Formats: sequence, structure tokens, C-alpha cells
Amino acid sequence: MSIVSRGFRGRRDDGADPARIPPGQYLTSDFPVLSAGPTPHTPLEEWTFSIVGEVDEPRSWSWEEFRALPSEEVTVDIHCVTKWSKLDTVWEGVSVDTLLEGIDTTAEYVLEFAEGGYTTNLPLEDVTGGKAWIAFAFDGEALAPEHGGPARMLVPHLYFWKSAKWVRGLELRATDEPGFWETNGYHDYGDPWREQRYWGD
Amino acid sequence: MAGAALLGRLTWQPAEVVEVVTETDRVRTLAFDVPGWPGHRAGQHVDVRLTAEDGYRAERSYSIGSAPDGSRIELTVERIEDGEVSPYLTDELRPGDTIELRGPVGGYFVWEPALGGPLLLVAGGSGIVPLMAMLRVRAAAGSNADARLLVSSRSWDDVIYREELDRLSGNGLRVVHTLTRSQPPGWTGHARRVDAEMLAEVGPGPAERPRAYVCGPTPFVEIVAGALVGLGHDPVAIKTERFGPTGG
Repeated sequence: MSIVSRGFRGRRDDGADPARIPPGQYLTSDFPVLSAGPTPHTPLEEWTFSIVGEVDEPRSWSWEEFRALPSEEVTVDIHCVTKWSKLDTVWEGVSVDTLLEGIDTTAEYVLEFAEGGYTTNLPLEDVTGGKAWIAFAFDGEALAPEHGGPARMLVPHLYFWKSAKWVRGLELRATDEPGFWETNGYHDYGDPWREQRYWGD
Repeated sequence: MAGAALLGRLTWQPAEVVEVVTETDRVRTLAFDVPGWPGHRAGQHVDVRLTAEDGYRAERSYSIGSAPDGSRIELTVERIEDGEVSPYLTDELRPGDTIELRGPVGGYFVWEPALGGPLLLVAGGSGIVPLMAMLRVRAAAGSNADARLLVSSRSWDDVIYREELDRLSGNGLRVVHTLTRSQPPGWTGHARRVDAEMLAEVGPGPAERPRAYVCGPTPFVEIVAGALVGLGHDPVAIKTERFGPTGG
């Protein structure tokens, strides 16, 4: 039941398949930026990626070691909670499955942690089985710092704040721990197709 | 705590336009009456939803510019020429029209008088809107917390809330303008893009540990937040809100 906005027609000239645009989203060809603070610039020689928490032994990769892992190119649609969606974005990254290979865990949740203390939480099954990557390139170029470079999470089936910029590791957890936006009014899970933007959605 | 968000789902509510104020050529303030509005914190935003006659819908987010005032809230909207929603809001809406909104949303880019000062607010263009809510809340609370506002506008005629900023100045608030494209005759203020030197002059310096809030277009925020870090401000004390060139 909604109220018709007198004289509003809308644009609708995107030519995109409406089945690819989640409710409340609009298409953009730009790549807007949403960050809570300044863009960090960590030198690559100081960069590491770690897997900690409910694991037999924590693991850590230097940038060089990380880049030596097998990577894949993925083409995915991304959806930001601030309402823009971008289709057919091309990334290159290391699958989270690759990083978790040989790790024995009973964890059911994961907390992504990033530069500056940013965190975001999700069920472990949402980052395994070919659903998530640590991406280091966008459109064939090294990922720009304002977009999360040198490397960011890529979890395209959830709102994009679940894809932490400047990600530095994963904490595997037995329990769910709300992350940064999740404690600031945003939904715990964030499925764009169910429009889970905010608390209570 | 984000107030009403704790109480359950943020539902779409009818919002009747009660006043339209022309701020600049491209910017209008829309005042709405939202029965049952739960109140908000300075810096929060709302989602706006428009529905065409055939059911087509468009949603966007806009910062709230007003301090809490019963069931009245104000959004200040800049018209994006090729935008889908903003030209409708700025050019078409008039008193008596009703749209839908839900909110308030956001628990991070917020300030309230209890947090005190010093406060460093840096606005690029219509990025001033959530910062104005902070200054209005500050004034309404009778706070004289040390606050500095640096506003970057294209020209004197593009300064949003110009007269009110004049009135609010004093009582611990210092407002500094920079005009990046054109300046009126006799202008003695800043006439360039915000840089580290300007930020250092506006202060407060890192030793005073101000809470910094930076809002504007992405390139503006990147430069300002980066310069503040370069001056020695704690990155954790710098909160940013960006809007892209798309928006709409």
C-alpha cells in the first residue's frame, strides 16, 4: 500500500534486466565510495592476511605469499545499502575456500576485520563454497585505496558493507558477533533481495 | 543507540510537505510533517521513496538537516541535473504533497551535545546538511562547545544556510568559508579548495583531540580526511560521509 507521488514518473531507461536489481536499488555506472573514516594506506611490506579464532593454528600470509596463491577472475553484480547497484563488475581475487583449505574448524560464523578497526560479521557458510573472495584487482587494475585496496573482501550476494575494504583477516567464531555497521543500525545479515538494510528489516 | 531503530522495523511513513525553502539555485529545503516521528540524532538520515502511478518506485537516502522538532523534519536536497529523484524533490514537490520516508537511520556519523567539543566540521557543498543538524542541535541545547565549521562552496551564492550560519556564529562556533570557483568583489576569505594549510588554520589542532566530521563528495572527503590524518589527527576521531557523483 503506497502513496503515489504526484507527477513522479521515474527514469527507467537503464535497459537492464529488472530481475537483477534488488528492491529499492538503482543502477549506477560509477563506483561510489562509502567509508566511515579516512582511507588507510598500509605499505605492502607491512600487509598481512590472517585467519584466527576457532582454528587449530592461526595462519598468516604476507602480501607476496598471498599473491602467490591461485586466484580467479569473477564477474558479479554488487549492491550497496545506500541504494546503488552495479552490474557485471569484474574482479580478481583469492577465493576464501583457498585460504581455508586444510583448516579444521567448528566455527559457524566469521568476523572480517580490516584496517582502522572496521569489522563485519556473517555466517561462515556465506563465505565458503565459491561465494567470497579476497579481491586485489578491479577491472583489470590494482584495486584503488578508496575502494579498499590493496585488498578487500568480496561477498557479492550480500549488501556491499559485508565486503570489508582493507580487509586484513578473518576471525572464525562459534558465535555471531555484530560488526561495525551492524552495531550502528544496519541489519545483521544484509540480504539485498530481502531488503535487509536496517535493524528489524 | 540509534533510538527508534531499536524498537523494531523502520516502517514507511507518509510525510506531508509543509514548507519548501529555496536555499540556492540548485538546493531546496523540504520540511515534512511526519506524524509519530520518533525523533532523531544529528547526522542521521532517512530513506525517501517515490511511487509513480504505475507502481514504479525509486528510493534514495537523504541526511536530515533539522534538529529534533516534534513531528517536523527537514531535508535539504541538491538537484543533480541527470538525477532521477532529486529534481523531483527540488522542483516538483510543493506544500500539501505527500511522499513516503522511513528512518531515522545511522548510529555512527552522529553528534550530540553530551559528546562536547572540540568539534571540527568540514563540509563540501551540500555535505553541510548533516553538519548543520549538529550545529542546530548544539544551539538548541545552549551548548557553547568549541566548534569550527569549514564550508567549501563554489561561490557565495552557492553557500547553503548562509544567513543562519552567520546568526549561529559566536558562542564558541567559528564558521570559515572558502569559495572555490568565484568570489564576490572584495572577498578576503579563502578562495581555493580545502587543503592541509587551511585545515590547520581553522583548527582545533590534533593536540586538542577534536571530533572531526567530514561530509561531501567522495574526492572532497578523500582529500580532507587524508589531510587531517597528515596533520596528525587520530584517524579514529575522523568520521566521514561521502556521496558519489551519481546519487540522484
